[in-house]
Amino acid sequence: MDRLTEMIPVFGQSLQETVIMVGISLFIATIIGIPLGILIVITQGNHLFPNKVIYHTLNTLINIVRSLPFIILMVAIIPFTELVVGTSIGIEGAIVPLIVYTAPYIARLMETALLDVDRGVIEAYRAMGASRLQIITRIMLREARPGIVLCLTIATIGLIGATAMAGAVGAGGLGDLALRYGYQQWDIEVMIITVIILVVLVQVIQSLGNWAARKLKKSA
Amino acid sequence: MIQLTDIHKSYKVGNKQVEALKGVSLNVEKGQIYGVIGFSGAGKSTLLRTINLLEKPTSGSVIVNGQDMLSLKEKELRQARKKIGIIFQHFNLLSSYNVFDNVAEILRMNRVPKDVIKQKVEDLLRLVGLADKANAYPSQLSGGQKQRVGIARALATDPEILLCDEATSALDPQTTESILELLLDINKKFSLTIVLITHEMQVIKKICDHVAIMENGHVIEQGSVLDVFSNPQQPTTRNFIKTIFDDEVPAEILARIKKTGPSANILRVAFRGDAALDPVLGTLSARFPVSTNLLYGSITSIKGTALGILLLHISGEQQAVQDGIAFLRQSVYNVEIVTREEVTR
Repeated sequence: MDRLTEMIPVFGQSLQETVIMVGISLFIATIIGIPLGILIVITQGNHLFPNKVIYHTLNTLINIVRSLPFIILMVAIIPFTELVVGTSIGIEGAIVPLIVYTAPYIARLMETALLDVDRGVIEAYRAMGASRLQIITRIMLREARPGIVLCLTIATIGLIGATAMAGAVGAGGLGDLALRYGYQQWDIEVMIITVIILVVLVQVIQSLGNWAARKLKKSA
Repeated sequence: MIQLTDIHKSYKVGNKQVEALKGVSLNVEKGQIYGVIGFSGAGKSTLLRTINLLEKPTSGSVIVNGQDMLSLKEKELRQARKKIGIIFQHFNLLSSYNVFDNVAEILRMNRVPKDVIKQKVEDLLRLVGLADKANAYPSQLSGGQKQRVGIARALATDPEILLCDEATSALDPQTTESILELLLDINKKFSLTIVLITHEMQVIKKICDHVAIMENGHVIEQGSVLDVFSNPQQPTTRNFIKTIFDDEVPAEILARIKKTGPSANILRVAFRGDAALDPVLGTLSARFPVSTNLLYGSITSIKGTALGILLLHISGEQQAVQDGIAFLRQSVYNVEIVTREEVTR
């Protein structure tokens, strides 16, 4: 038990690293993913800006990235990561692949959320003379808010899973802790505590997301 | 106010070309309530959407308020659309906005000052009878209330035209009545031109001045509601009118009457206006040696004009019957001989 008390700062440190990695990656991936999601929706046939070329290019690109498991993606884009942040290890080295991994995921989830917005409502505002930009920003994004929150919740949880693998490039975090103590040293106690922390973290995030979505969803 | 000329519209569904509109022309005058009726798939919804170019016709011309809509650039078109309100079968309200904001949002988009918006929305909600529901969300409203919000929203930009896309089709008969009353009311109050599409003849009868019947991408009959109701020409029109006047003679009765001789006739007699009050049948029996038997009778009011429909079985000497029919033709709006030839309507 004493040993575990000594370990508290280690857990704290790891949790902090995970939160930082998830936070930064989520933030940047959202900034990239939401516009991509909007783009892939509005370029579909019969939507606001039908454009087959953009739609199919984006669609294929997203599918390609989404078909790679994170650990493979991370290794595969090392040259790109080094180009962007100058290193492929540590937190910086992990954040780039985390973003590349998550942004298309968010785009795909955004697509579902935005396609859920009633086409009739979009048509109504087109008929009233609203501009397409107004329809995107003031109608679609607003009506899709509950769906967007749930989409970001799922993306966050996915990111936590991916950060665990980032331990492999020495980025630290809870996954790294579990790898080092649990796998390499067969330290069951640390392993169990890591698992508990991860489970609680995911539960809290999912519950928060559900609560926020419910709050936003005023419709029946 | 609205001139649609020779509108064609075709779509590609899969690799099949579907023609939704096959040369439709309409002329709607200012202040008129113009109804388009047809079964689903007749093309009426597509037609309505060509007026504000939600559907761009393949060919033809769309003139609204003197403006050639097809020549407008995106920005001008948006400006023109602000003068054409529209309401929908499924209301299409914003679920994340309350009633006030649903009406206000389009005004905010148009950068109307806040205090003006507040006043305007309050006035509109009072007009549609929802002043006490400003803070309610659409999910808390009944269908009729949602459509009232839809109407208030459509009127927010001070349109000159209101398009109604099956606006009462999702509502029960009583609610339909009250929404139609409201439409009549705003038609009078703002001399608003209304174009509505429906598959319910009751709607046409209650509020329309003019009606066009659509089938298979064509307008097959059009005219004032009174004319079309009193003397329908096309089978589809008759089918629709049957929902108001169910004046079909059962086949076996028709056959039995035909057997009684060549001079036995069934007449469909339409009375209009004051003629509906004249004792025409009494005069007929008094002046001509014919016997008449009433098979069906109904009277209704179409925008303040009485319209009566009678089915008469008239028999007697051939000459007397002919004279009697000639007399009726002079006295009433329309006489149609139902028993002549193949009558299957």
